[in-house]
Amino acid sequence: MNKIVDKVFLSEKVVQMDIEAPDIARNRKPGHFVIVRVDKKGERIPLTIVKSDLEKGTIRLIVQEVGVTSGKLIDKEVGDYVLDVVGPLGKATDIKKVGTVLAAGGGVGIAPLLPIVEGFKKAGNRVITVLAARTKKLLILEKEMREFSDEVIIMTDDGSYGKKGLVTAGMEEVLKREKVDEAVVIGPAIMMKFAALLTKEYNVHTIASLNTIMVDGTGMCGACRVTVGGQTKFVCVDGPEFDAHLVDFDEMLKRLNAYKDYEVKAYEQFLKNRKKQTA
Amino acid sequence: MKDLAYYKKERSEAWRVELRKSMKAKERTSRPRVKMPELEPEERRHIFDKEVNIGLTVEMAISEAQRCLDCPDPTCVDGCPVNINIPKFIKKIEAKDFKGAIAVLKEYNTLPAVCGRVCPQEEQCESKCFYTVTLKKEPIAIGYLERFAADYERLSGDSAIPEVKESNGIKVAGIGSGPASLAWAADMAREGYDVTVFEALHEIGGVLKYGIPEYRLPNEIIDFEIENLKRMGVKFKTNFVIGKTKTIEQLREEGYKAFFIGTGAGLPRFMHIPGENSINILSANEFLTRVNLMGGAKEDYDTPIPEVKGKNVAVIGAGNTAMDAVRTSLRLGAKRAMIIYRRSRAEMPARKEEVKHAEEEGVEFIFQTNPVRYIADEQGRVKKVVVQKMQLGEPDASGRRRPIPIPGSEYEIDADIVIVAIGVSPNPLIPSIYPELKTNRWGAIVVNEDQQTSVEDIFAGGDITRGGSTVILAMGDGRRAAAGMHKYLKAKFPEKVK
Repeated sequence: MNKIVDKVFLSEKVVQMDIEAPDIARNRKPGHFVIVRVDKKGERIPLTIVKSDLEKGTIRLIVQEVGVTSGKLIDKEVGDYVLDVVGPLGKATDIKKVGTVLAAGGGVGIAPLLPIVEGFKKAGNRVITVLAARTKKLLILEKEMREFSDEVIIMTDDGSYGKKGLVTAGMEEVLKREKVDEAVVIGPAIMMKFAALLTKEYNVHTIASLNTIMVDGTGMCGACRVTVGGQTKFVCVDGPEFDAHLVDFDEMLKRLNAYKDYEVKAYEQFLKNRKKQTA
Repeated sequence: MKDLAYYKKERSEAWRVELRKSMKAKERTSRPRVKMPELEPEERRHIFDKEVNIGLTVEMAISEAQRCLDCPDPTCVDGCPVNINIPKFIKKIEAKDFKGAIAVLKEYNTLPAVCGRVCPQEEQCESKCFYTVTLKKEPIAIGYLERFAADYERLSGDSAIPEVKESNGIKVAGIGSGPASLAWAADMAREGYDVTVFEALHEIGGVLKYGIPEYRLPNEIIDFEIENLKRMGVKFKTNFVIGKTKTIEQLREEGYKAFFIGTGAGLPRFMHIPGENSINILSANEFLTRVNLMGGAKEDYDTPIPEVKGKNVAVIGAGNTAMDAVRTSLRLGAKRAMIIYRRSRAEMPARKEEVKHAEEEGVEFIFQTNPVRYIADEQGRVKKVVVQKMQLGEPDASGRRRPIPIPGSEYEIDADIVIVAIGVSPNPLIPSIYPELKTNRWGAIVVNEDQQTSVEDIFAGGDITRGGSTVILAMGDGRRAAAGMHKYLKAKFPEKVK
């Protein structure tokens, strides 16, 4: 049982939550995630740890409501409990001093990107960050990103903030004008696929943090398996970060849809119930 | 080698002698082996939460116990991985001292209700019974009697916990909460140690909970045993991954003096054939965890499972896990629930009873057949499995005949869901974090006869040292590790350990 000690809406459907988890906070490094189960009948889902506070013994999670479980989590208030939180899981980001790092975050992918940007900056790199969202009100963590980036480029699909265009346009602007030593891309799978194709053209080593379906998160079921460089890897123990140029994104995109019909129906029912409760 | 003199001495106790006199051997051996009452196949193939084996009645148990001849040299004991004093507990049942029977069992076996249900008795105790070996008749139903005694005690509401020695204040940590660790924890608690068991998942019990379905091993039985352990002073911490949430070094700093690694063999094996990452191809671990641990089959639980109703389900493999997966599919409404196995019926590793139950329930067995690749639709969902026929050649390292592909024998089987149940490997987490722990080439942690690893304060047992194996062997390891750890700690802290 982990208590929620702080909750902030970053946008209409994106919530930042601080949860009591002193052991996780102590051993957590950038790139690590937790598996969360909201209640006894709930699912287990992975969420990246955005930061940890050793003094308070808390970890910060950023959740976007996309279905039942994220919806249940967002509906929790400060003082409520999350039934199960386990971590820190996965391999920590391999942070090293390389020179210039191009970081690109799409939508809620910006949340897991923040600790990595912070890590690379603190390691002495020049960090150029491209943040992308569909529209201005969905853009999160701009202030925090500016704190750890030498430059921030903002892209929105509708042009309501920053430049109009996709994240790849912002990335290409940088790749064209200067030498980049390493790239990190986090966001929806389709975004990471195209971002990786772009950096491959410029021969820049790129890390992607994959967000597959997970159940246990400790390597015992294989639900999260992806093909990387022709080999099967488990995102929960071999990842979540991999060489983006070796990841079979098409296969990953297909696998993400494994329970699509069920998820849509369940979410519709959840929204109906929520309406009834708040009525 | 068992101490024959000990068994002879026990056998000569008055009550045993009286019991033997009370019925002639001829009458005992003339009776057929008791038949376990079972739910009807047609009824039970739709039911998850009722055990297929209903359990012996008191009369049936006594009658079966009377069949046992109380051999001067009880060869059944040789067949038991933890050398339970089998004739003694059986004779207690015959004497209607059921409490006495469970007390005997618990001296050797921490979880008799579990073993009575899941041990492969036909390969162990029952295979060495005098009836099997000499009379060429069906053996005493030792497993059914063990289950009877354990259930009797549990249902009577009067469960005795073993005596626990005065606390010696020494903290020890168990890693993983499956059968190996539970057995280790019980023995350590009895010796007065301060025992904490750390479990990565949110439920305690390991494979007993996430792997074995309720219709074979009800969760309430495992929970009952866990409650007993708590009553003995064992502490459990869930959602705790040792190596991640806390390291062994951090635990040493907190004062833990020794560790038992019982993290199991949960790493699922895949065949690595084309199409294996298609949607609706799952490892047996994933499928069973979704159903058993996450309530996937229940309407009001959030975790989904693939849509099984009316579909063709192919399970690859023929061990106990494969049987669990295929019988669970049947219960979920599969149109066809198939076992695809590369060897023949004779080589199947599953318990005979599981195979029998599976066949009665309508599972189809497709032998000497092996998948080659999978065909999926445009969305990536599996549609067919392409298989080829196998012939059986000379025995391989496992002693079973080697399957050899027959060229040109490929054909397709419609499959909407494929469950890969071809085996599991030792959990790689702890070995990968602690390279100082010596492992063999299959990733299993190497231990000596005291179950001690290459690191002196770390012991290990169960599947992490064996690969996918059985509950009873895991428990035997756990008990041996507790004895080894006690010996080690006694030598290290002579002033503290009595």
